[in-house]
Amino acid sequence: MLELDQLFKNIYLWGENLFTQWGIPLFWLELLGMLIVAVIILAFMSLSVLFLVWWERKVSGHMQSRFGPMRTGWHGWLQTIIDAIKLILKEDTTPGTADKIGFLIAPIIVFVSAFMAYICIPFGKGLIVKDLNIGILYILAITTFTVIGLLTAGWCSNNKFSVLGGFRSAAQIISYEVPLTLSILGVVILSQTLSMQSIVNSQKHIWEWYIFRQPIGFLIYLVAAIAEINRVPFDIPEAEQELVAGFNVEYSGIKFAMFFFAEFANLFLVSAIATTLFLGGWNGPLLPSWIWFFIKSFFLVFVIMWFKWTFPRLRVDQLMGFAWKFLLPLAFINLILTGLFA
Amino acid sequence: MPSDYAFVGLFLVFGVAFVLFVFLLSKLIAPYKPNPVKKENYECGEVPIGQGWVQFNVRYYLFAIIFVIFDVEVVFLFPWAVVYKSLGFFAFIEMLIFIAILIFGLVYVWRKGALKWV
Repeated sequence: MLELDQLFKNIYLWGENLFTQWGIPLFWLELLGMLIVAVIILAFMSLSVLFLVWWERKVSGHMQSRFGPMRTGWHGWLQTIIDAIKLILKEDTTPGTADKIGFLIAPIIVFVSAFMAYICIPFGKGLIVKDLNIGILYILAITTFTVIGLLTAGWCSNNKFSVLGGFRSAAQIISYEVPLTLSILGVVILSQTLSMQSIVNSQKHIWEWYIFRQPIGFLIYLVAAIAEINRVPFDIPEAEQELVAGFNVEYSGIKFAMFFFAEFANLFLVSAIATTLFLGGWNGPLLPSWIWFFIKSFFLVFVIMWFKWTFPRLRVDQLMGFAWKFLLPLAFINLILTGLFA
Repeated sequence: MPSDYAFVGLFLVFGVAFVLFVFLLSKLIAPYKPNPVKKENYECGEVPIGQGWVQFNVRYYLFAIIFVIFDVEVVFLFPWAVVYKSLGFFAFIEMLIFIAILIFGLVYVWRKGALKWV
């Protein structure tokens, strides 16, 4: 078995030996370890985003009977790396009438809120940055900060398209936040804990997975999560045909890259949360736990990309009506039923 | 051992530092040749008319208010959900009353037409 948690434990013990030999206080080892963990998470996030952008283009291509990127590297695998380099090299303009400070802060808020949520993602057995006892509540709270970033981006650009796009994003994200939270409550009732690792531990066998005990909850979560990350069929904030690009019309170069980065990081994040809450997390036979986690998460990512080429975009009024008049009552009913049978 | 939330603070500082570092890197290697036309707002190639900061429709405000009410009430449900099994049937009845009030609020808002996107 190739479990990674033992490896990290051994490295830490080795460092502890080294530090006690040299007589350095262990506090510095803790600090160094935390920094290394932060770097690992950042590297993982970047790699997964680079992969997901390529994967999205390939999936989109093959679903439309074309190939997608083919020129750079084997089946175009270098494409996103080259895109990233291009975006860093591009000129980064700020509109003259924009609010300069807000324009600069918005991509930082959006990126950091996605990055901070990775603290509580259980990648495998013992592979979690910090298993906070309020795990899932923390993730919900941190990811909601994205709204502030999008609204700031839209408003501070001082552009009619981006103001409209920012408002629509905010209205959509906060509307779908309520059914999303209610669908997670069902899992919390069954598992009696908020900690992510404990939730995974409570679904050891496949028949204990919460997708079988919370099928309605899973569907509500999936739909609301797709709306949260502004993807088709809920991509009204970025509707190209009417709003050009939504809140990020004025962004170019590296600032645009940050929004793009955060969008795909959030895509992986919601799939990882759905895997943890409903699909048994890293539990699985034979293979190491972290491989199971990635198989399940990337399968969900694929499903979300599949939706993109299956469903047409909703109208704004349909979108809001769907959240408040259908998903919310359904989530309440699901919660009451869960409470009754738990 | 550092507190559980040390990581939250570290990730906040590290994330902001990383983004600022990348911005700085881009500023150093990317060209910067501004001119008045480039600095203008994008409005499909036309000269922009007026400001982008327009008055927004009141419906956004309504949805924001409804969201705040419902989200706060959902947060109240979390402590209940965590200890649900040890509280027994009484907690279920209590929460049923609470959720009934929530649903009553939803029905009221619905009947008032606040959920209609006009």
